[in-house]
Amino acid sequence: MRIDGRQPEDLREIQMKIDIISSANGSAEVKFGNTVAVAGVYGPKGLFPRHLQESETGILRCRYNMAPFSVDERKSPGPDRRSVELSKVIRLSIEPTIFLEEFPRATIDGFIEIIQADGSTRVTGINALSLALASAGIPMRDLVTACSVGKINDTLIVDLNGEEDNNSQADISFAILPSKNLVTLLQMDGILGKEELIELLNMAKSSCEKIYEMQKKLLKEKYSGE
Amino acid sequence: MKVKEIVLPGEVVDERKGRKLGSGVYLGDDKVFSKVLGIPKVDENEISVIALSGVYIPRVGDRIIGIINEVEISGWSVDINSPYTAFLPFSEAVEEFVDMSRTDLSRYFDIGDTIYCKISKVTKNKVVQVSMNDMSAKKLYSGVIVKVTPTKIPRIIGRGGSMISLMKNKTKCDIIPGQNGVVWIKGEDKTKAIEAVLTVEKESHIVGLTEKIEKMLT
Repeated sequence: MRIDGRQPEDLREIQMKIDIISSANGSAEVKFGNTVAVAGVYGPKGLFPRHLQESETGILRCRYNMAPFSVDERKSPGPDRRSVELSKVIRLSIEPTIFLEEFPRATIDGFIEIIQADGSTRVTGINALSLALASAGIPMRDLVTACSVGKINDTLIVDLNGEEDNNSQADISFAILPSKNLVTLLQMDGILGKEELIELLNMAKSSCEKIYEMQKKLLKEKYSGE
Repeated sequence: MKVKEIVLPGEVVDERKGRKLGSGVYLGDDKVFSKVLGIPKVDENEISVIALSGVYIPRVGDRIIGIINEVEISGWSVDINSPYTAFLPFSEAVEEFVDMSRTDLSRYFDIGDTIYCKISKVTKNKVVQVSMNDMSAKKLYSGVIVKVTPTKIPRIIGRGGSMISLMKNKTKCDIIPGQNGVVWIKGEDKTKAIEAVLTVEKESHIVGLTEKIEKMLT
C-alpha cells in the first residue's frame, strides 16, 4: 500500500479536457491526481526573427513553465535551469511525431504551464501537449503518451506523486508513440538493477497504453453527441 | 443525432491496396495511417482524411480571399490567412499597359484592400504567388470578413453549392467563401448570415445540417 492508498501499479485519478483556451489553435488540460498541466499550441505560423527560420522544415518550440503557486514553497517565476532543460526534453520527445517538413519556414509553438505540481509534471505536460497538438490539427505520426515509474522501499511503482518522487530510490520518465511502439523519452534518476529496469519499463508501457485509451476516448468524444 | 466516424493521428485508416494517397494520411508497411484528427474518406481510388482543424496551407488552384499587406515595387504582398504570405505580381493583377516607373501601385490596390484571387504558384519551400488572371477574381468592396477553419469551407459550400445558395437566398446576402477559411459577406441580413456560417463551422460533423440551417434561417 502506498502513501495515498494506491496499489503499486495503480495510476492516480486522471482527468483530461481539450479546447480550453479559445485563442489557441489547440489546447488541453490534464490532471494526474493533484498534478495539473495546461498546454496550448499556437501555429503553424510565420516565424520571426527570420534567422530562426529553416528553409527546408518547420520548427517546434516548447516551453515548460511552473506557476509560482504550483508548489508548497513559492517558486520564483520565470525560466530556471530545470525548466529550460525540461522544455528541451519535452521538445525532443514530441518532435519525432510531427511532420515538421510540411511547414518550411514556419513554427509550431507549444506552451505547458504547470498549475499545480505533485510529481510527474513533465509526463503530465507531455500528455497535455500531445492532446493539444492533435486538437490543433497538426499532422502527426501518432499521439505521444507518457508516464512515470520508480522504485521506493524496494517496491516498483507507477505514476509517482510528489512525496514518492522526493523519497524514491529511482524514477524514470517514459514516453512512447503508443500505436507505433516507439520510445521517445527515457530518463532515469537513481539506482536500479537490470531486471528491475526491464520490469519497470514493461509497467510503464502498460500504463501508457491505459492513458492512450483515455486520450483516444476524449478526442473521439469531442465530436460525438450534441 | 448521427455523427460521422473519426480517426486519430496514428490510427489505421485502411489497407492501401494500390490506391492513391490523398491529404492527411501517410504510409507504413502497406497500411495507411491518419496524420490528423479527422474524418476518413475511403473510396476505390483514393484514401484521405479530412482534418477537423488546422491552419490553411496554400495549394495551386485554390480560390482564396486575401488582404493586401504591403505595396511593393512590382506587386503586392497579400495576407492569405496562412503561415505564409503570398505575392501578387503587377502583371498578374492589371491588364492595361502601365509605366511602372511613374505609377504608384496603390492606385490599383492599397493596404487593407480585400481581393478574391487564385493561387497560381507554390514552391517546395512554400513561396506563394497569387493571380487575378481568373474569371472570378475581383476586388471586394466593403462587406465583412469572417474567419473559419479552412477545412470546413467545403461544408459551407455544400454538395453542389446547396448550403451556400441556401444561405444566400434566405439572408439575401452575397457570400463568397475563400478556400483559405476567409468568408466575405455583404448584404441585407449580415448578422444572420454570419451566424449561419459559424453554425456550419461548429457543427460541420453532423449529418443533416442543411435542414437544420434551413430551419434556423426561417
